[in-house]
Amino acid sequence: MSATPEPFLGTTDHTPVRHHILSVLVENKAGVLARIAGLFARRGFNIYSLAVAPAESGARFSRVTIVVDAESAPLEQIVGQLDKLVNVVAISDLSPKDALERELLLATIQTNVDNRTSLLDIIASAGAAIVDVDARSVTVMLAATPGGCDELERALEAFADVELHRTGRVALPRLGKTASA
Amino acid sequence: MQLTGAQALIKSLEQQGVEVIFGLPGGAILPVYDPLLDSSIRHILVRHEQGAGHMAEGYALATGRPGVAMVTSGPGATNIVTPIGNAHMDSTPLVVITGQVASGSIGTDAFQECDITGITMGITKHNFLVKSAQEIPRAVAAAFHLATTGRPGPVLIDVPKDVTQSMMDWWYPSTVEEYDLPGYHPEVPLDEDAIALAVALISEAERPVLYVGGGTLKSRASAELLAFAERTKMPVVTTLMARGAFPDSHNQHLGMPGMHGMYTAVTAIQKSDLLISLGARFDDRVTGKIPAFAAGAKVIHVDIDRAEFNKVRHADVAIQSNVAAALRAFDAASASPKSLDSWWKQIRAWQEQYPLVYEEASTEGLLRPQHVIEAIAAKAAPGTIVASGVGQHQMWASQFWKYEEPGTWINSGGAGTMGFGVPAAIGAKVGRPDRTVWCIDGDGCFQMTAQELVTARLEGIPIKVAILNNAYLGMVRQWQEMFYEERYSEVYLSADLPDYVKWAEAMGCVGLRATNLKEMHDVIEEANRINDVPVVIDFRTDSSEKVFPMVAAGASNDDIMVHPLQRGVSK
Repeated sequence: MSATPEPFLGTTDHTPVRHHILSVLVENKAGVLARIAGLFARRGFNIYSLAVAPAESGARFSRVTIVVDAESAPLEQIVGQLDKLVNVVAISDLSPKDALERELLLATIQTNVDNRTSLLDIIASAGAAIVDVDARSVTVMLAATPGGCDELERALEAFADVELHRTGRVALPRLGKTASA
Repeated sequence: MQLTGAQALIKSLEQQGVEVIFGLPGGAILPVYDPLLDSSIRHILVRHEQGAGHMAEGYALATGRPGVAMVTSGPGATNIVTPIGNAHMDSTPLVVITGQVASGSIGTDAFQECDITGITMGITKHNFLVKSAQEIPRAVAAAFHLATTGRPGPVLIDVPKDVTQSMMDWWYPSTVEEYDLPGYHPEVPLDEDAIALAVALISEAERPVLYVGGGTLKSRASAELLAFAERTKMPVVTTLMARGAFPDSHNQHLGMPGMHGMYTAVTAIQKSDLLISLGARFDDRVTGKIPAFAAGAKVIHVDIDRAEFNKVRHADVAIQSNVAAALRAFDAASASPKSLDSWWKQIRAWQEQYPLVYEEASTEGLLRPQHVIEAIAAKAAPGTIVASGVGQHQMWASQFWKYEEPGTWINSGGAGTMGFGVPAAIGAKVGRPDRTVWCIDGDGCFQMTAQELVTARLEGIPIKVAILNNAYLGMVRQWQEMFYEERYSEVYLSADLPDYVKWAEAMGCVGLRATNLKEMHDVIEEANRINDVPVVIDFRTDSSEKVFPMVAAGASNDDIMVHPLQRGVSK
């Protein structure tokens, strides 16, 4: 997806120091994601994560939440160029301190009698939920801050066989704060 | 009224007032070529799709109206990618229609299929893949709206063959709302605070320069520029993309800035304390080494595209506006600098010391390319339009021809597309048949697109082409001479092959040749007498001639190299 220099499933905090969250309302048309990705690629802007889903207005618009590396290019450039894409309807820029950020993590962990108890402890302390279970494995879900997801991910490194997916974050302004357009 | 998609497409173009399409048919676009027979729109059949694109650009640059090109899918579409990229770099309004394989075949690697919307995503202002015949009018109306408003640019409409063959109920959008472009807002209200800040900066300026870019032409702001410049007495420079925006004969005009700019234009910017950028984008060919560019100047940046602000150079005041509206606002606020007397005294001294010069040729020696251009200009009808290719000849054509009005200088600026000249000249002549159109070309450029002279001859488009034939890819040769110890690598072309006179004649044009000064004057007179067919003149020029002044790539504009004749003179 992006030219991110670090692997997505890193062992440390995924979030760069100077990240910004762009909440981008786009027309729900074929190729819109390619236009955004192509713009970031050709202008050398780095994307840390990207989440796309239909927006509140139904099928006509989608909301793309992009976590950008504001060190790869000035934010003003990224927003200005993004705004020129005809299918981009609105951009709001959320500074991390003003944003409520959440991310979904799903992980399936192979377990055995020896480690099942410690796994259950980790799940409980992270506030994650068990969503599927069988004799040899457990699937857990966590909806939390990106940092909370990072912590669970690190804790699960103790297990040999883990399949883990994260969605990338979505965000809204904190109450009393507004995003800048 | 029931129409086929093809009929709706042509009718939509008629609704937009299109008078001419440059194109070449093929399988996927075939349905559209049938109703074209019944249309009032003129079609000019090119010999290569690249020609269609550059003709549409030349037409647009000469008339200010969008150029329209139509080609088929696959290679037809990829052949027009270069003009699309060129138009994107130079913000030229273009609507390009490409045929596409039938909807059901898209994605199957069908014959002559290519993902042209994907290919051109990064080099169009926008593009559309039309999915139903009913949507054709909206796509066409939206394409013209996008191409011509805000920062202009190329828009591509890809139309699958089954879409043009199916039926639709005719309609045409009558309001912008019906274009369905919820994310497109090209005009923003003028920021009065920014105008006030700019006026304050102007009032403090002692050494201001009006840095005029292509956006001034695009926003048709020449009259406003003239009024503002004359009222404030500020010096003006016009970039390669803005030649003609301000009369070259005006005594406040310092000429072109940049890598091959006039010494005074470059140096005045360097020494300025206020740079007022009007639709310019601080291109590297203008700035040279960026940290050293106009290092003591504050910047007022006027541009319709906010992404240009702070992209290259920090703007002390950024005004998102078309140039005309911003200049009117400056005038309304009576923005005026301090007395510029000492600034002008300095400027006049530079002008006197470093005018544009070249060495006169001996009577029998090879021609000086600069002299050829001056000789053509001396005999050219008023309002003559000049198109050029890319390279040394382009720089000389910008330096030595005097441009007095918008639309008289047509060239490939940002992309630097060799081969642009001949088809662009043809397009310009189609748009302005009342004007004489000269193409000042190089021998390398000419060989890239010369086949379009067949188009010109058959379509009755009598342009005049001056080939400055120095037997080399001259600009590359110049760099190899200056920066690669005269190690000439793959730049020699031969002066005699092809035989340009015979080639011109084979294409139905008049072919002429000049090897000395007398012949030069004779052939120019002869060319000026011919107004029914294209004329091609092979001017044999001195290959050692180099373009000066010059700022080496990446160097500071302070280190401008003047012509050797002027060296050793203290600055």
